[in-house]
Amino acid sequence: MSFTATKFAPSPLPLSSTTPRSNDKPLSFSFDHSKANPSSSSFLGSTRKLLRFRAPAKPRSSSPVAAVLLQQTSNLLITKEEGLELYEDMILGRFFEDKCAEMYYRGKMFGFVHLYNGQEAVSTGFIKLLKKEDYVVSTYRDHVHALSKGVSSRAVMSELFGKATGCCRGQGGSMHMFSKEHNMLGGFAFIGEGIPVATGAAFSSKYRREVLNQADADQVTLAFFGDGTCNNGQFYECLNMAALWKLPIVFVVENNLWAIGMSHLRATSDPQIWKKGPAFGMPGVHVDGMDVLKVREVAKEAIGRARRGEGPTLVECETYRFRGHSLADPDELRDPAEKEYYAARDPITALKQYLAENNLASEQELKAIEKKIDEILDDAVEFADNSPLPPRSQLLENVFADPKGFGIGPDGKYRCEDPKFTEGTAQV
Amino acid sequence: MWGVIRQKTQSIRPAFSAIRHFSSAAKEITVREALNTALDEEMSADPKVFLMGEEVGEYQGAYKISKGLLDKYGPDRVLDTPITEAGFAGIGVGAAYYGLRPVVEFMTFNFSMQAIDHIINSAAKSNYMSAGQISVPIVFRGPNGAAAGVGAQHSQCYASWYASCPGLKVLTPYSSEDARGLLKAAIRDPDPVVFLENELLYGESFPVSAEVLDSSFCLPIGKAKIEREGKDVTITAYSKMVGFALKAAEILAKEGISAEVINLRSIRPLDRSTINTSVRKTNRLVTVEEGFPQHGVGAEICTSVIEESFGYLDAPVERIAGADVPMPYAANLERMAVPQIEDIVRAAKRACHRSVPLVAAA
Ligand SMILES: Cc1ncc(C[n+]2csc(CCOP(=O)(O)OP(=O)(O)O)c2C)c(N)n1
Ligand SMILES: [Mg+2]
Repeated sequence: MSFTATKFAPSPLPLSSTTPRSNDKPLSFSFDHSKANPSSSSFLGSTRKLLRFRAPAKPRSSSPVAAVLLQQTSNLLITKEEGLELYEDMILGRFFEDKCAEMYYRGKMFGFVHLYNGQEAVSTGFIKLLKKEDYVVSTYRDHVHALSKGVSSRAVMSELFGKATGCCRGQGGSMHMFSKEHNMLGGFAFIGEGIPVATGAAFSSKYRREVLNQADADQVTLAFFGDGTCNNGQFYECLNMAALWKLPIVFVVENNLWAIGMSHLRATSDPQIWKKGPAFGMPGVHVDGMDVLKVREVAKEAIGRARRGEGPTLVECETYRFRGHSLADPDELRDPAEKEYYAARDPITALKQYLAENNLASEQELKAIEKKIDEILDDAVEFADNSPLPPRSQLLENVFADPKGFGIGPDGKYRCEDPKFTEGTAQV
Repeated sequence: MWGVIRQKTQSIRPAFSAIRHFSSAAKEITVREALNTALDEEMSADPKVFLMGEEVGEYQGAYKISKGLLDKYGPDRVLDTPITEAGFAGIGVGAAYYGLRPVVEFMTFNFSMQAIDHIINSAAKSNYMSAGQISVPIVFRGPNGAAAGVGAQHSQCYASWYASCPGLKVLTPYSSEDARGLLKAAIRDPDPVVFLENELLYGESFPVSAEVLDSSFCLPIGKAKIEREGKDVTITAYSKMVGFALKAAEILAKEGISAEVINLRSIRPLDRSTINTSVRKTNRLVTVEEGFPQHGVGAEICTSVIEESFGYLDAPVERIAGADVPMPYAANLERMAVPQIEDIVRAAKRACHRSVPLVAAA
């Protein structure tokens, strides 16, 4: 499969209900259309993958569209170095999650573990364009966002093992990856919760620039969340405020069509999420989230817009998760044909093919990357395994910014050394 | 509706009816079956009862409590909602205003945080604000309390939060009998009920009598149950902690301490009378809860005993609660943050031994 916008892998599913969107008139949309070739558009909106479900009676082609029309690939979309960097990051994401599954079944990690397999093009396509100062806010499906942002495999793996060397010293866990150093502002486990926090991070950049006169405060915030989350009020509240205040944020929807066992079509009156952007006065963009190069093109525009102070963008990435919702999900409701359809569009295979077809990387170079990642992950597991458990003193240390007076008593002793404290009777 | 792909599911009813018809000897059912059959029977008895929440239909419930109900009652009465707790909790309240009897499932009670405005403001206060013109017969239910390995946001007990609000009834079943009897009571009750289940108990089996399995079975709201009689120390607990208290009582019995275990069943109204009667008999009290210690259920029980039975106490009240921290993820820290059976045993011994010299002196 090639990365030109004109080709779509043929669908194994009946195409009866889709309407090509090329007739739609783009609305006030600030992305650069000059290079776009409208006749090459095969943008199909979100309807495409929903084909196998009885589609809602409403036609989905009526409103104005802000679709991304990619340039024909007469010029290559990336350099060799970029290509290899993207490949490495996607392989890291994929292999890391496979390792997590293995470790979970071996009892090394526990609770809810939500894996990202299949969605790598979104994390890589967006986050690899960021500077270290930029912010990322994620959900419970956050391991790979943290990795793309630069948090080390060791720190994430150790966190998952519940060890003191984890990025949150074992206190956060799978759903709560934070790293101040990398401006990874968290894994938020509740639906919608991360969106206002991300909007607040974007607010702080603007405030620092405009109120505190910090000229270099041009950080961009990316908020990642799923299709199911777009039915939650916090999403709409923040679209409004972000547009109202022209905040430097990109709302990145990873539409993988399912929210646990709830199909997107059954949950949403209008399944085209990108449309909600224009409704709030910001561009809404739909992009093939299985194609890292397309994602990257869209991300470049949206991040640039935010950085230039032109305001927020809503991007809907059409993607798919290759595993169940979490490792505890029996995943019985998704149709095998649907899974196959997306498996055939594996974003890593697609990038590999693009790199090969355009002579950007040899098979050996890619193999070498895979080998390198394998080694990094073996090292991460060994590191996590050999790391110490968090000491008892950690339990009370971080409840407040200053542990004195709470975690540490006036006598300088850790209050948790008081044998009664796990009985809730210790004074804290 | 909307061309749902219905999963083939077996109803769990046959197993249940078999139990009912073939024997009156004690049978065992799981808490999950108890909740499922209670819902099923109340839905079948009253067409105004409907179930609404995330994944309650096609997925059969995130914890399979609603298994088979979509097949039986259809998508108009078993509604899969989008992920919008504030929205569907409020919709439930509005539906209850005009005579329907919604059962709103929160996938876990943690997520009720996004709906708390409607639970407190719309559900709990309407009867009072409208001077009794509008009652709100709604049930908010789902798993509550410490889960395992899921970190700070997914592992928390809301009993004392909701129990501090006038206008709400707060129930905390422990066994299968509790689950069946209290859920039926909650659905039939004219007021809003917060029904706090426990994920870690769903799969546990408990013996139940033929009476409990009868479709007319119902437990009174506001009445505690003495799970085990004793004379030396009273231990109050609710939900999963009842099991811990019973295990602690067994250990204590081996050491010659006879503990009386009270399963609170209802946090609001609180059965002050059962608690105080017991304390007047044993003269010692240990309260057990999973929630945070400050301003908790134990604090309320302690106040009630100080107010009504102060003169009967032979030892200070001991309070066992979760540690005063958000739940850590690491398994070793997590274990330290929730009450353990040993903690209860130690506290009970402390309460008893402290009084020994006094008794000797008397
Ligand atoms: C407020 C709230 N309600 C319910 C849940 C339970 N829950 C966890 S993930 C999820 C589905 C989310 O789907 P989506 O937003 O599409 O993200 P995806 O998991 O597909 O990445 C639900 C309902 C939650 N975490 N928070
Ligand atoms: Mg989704």
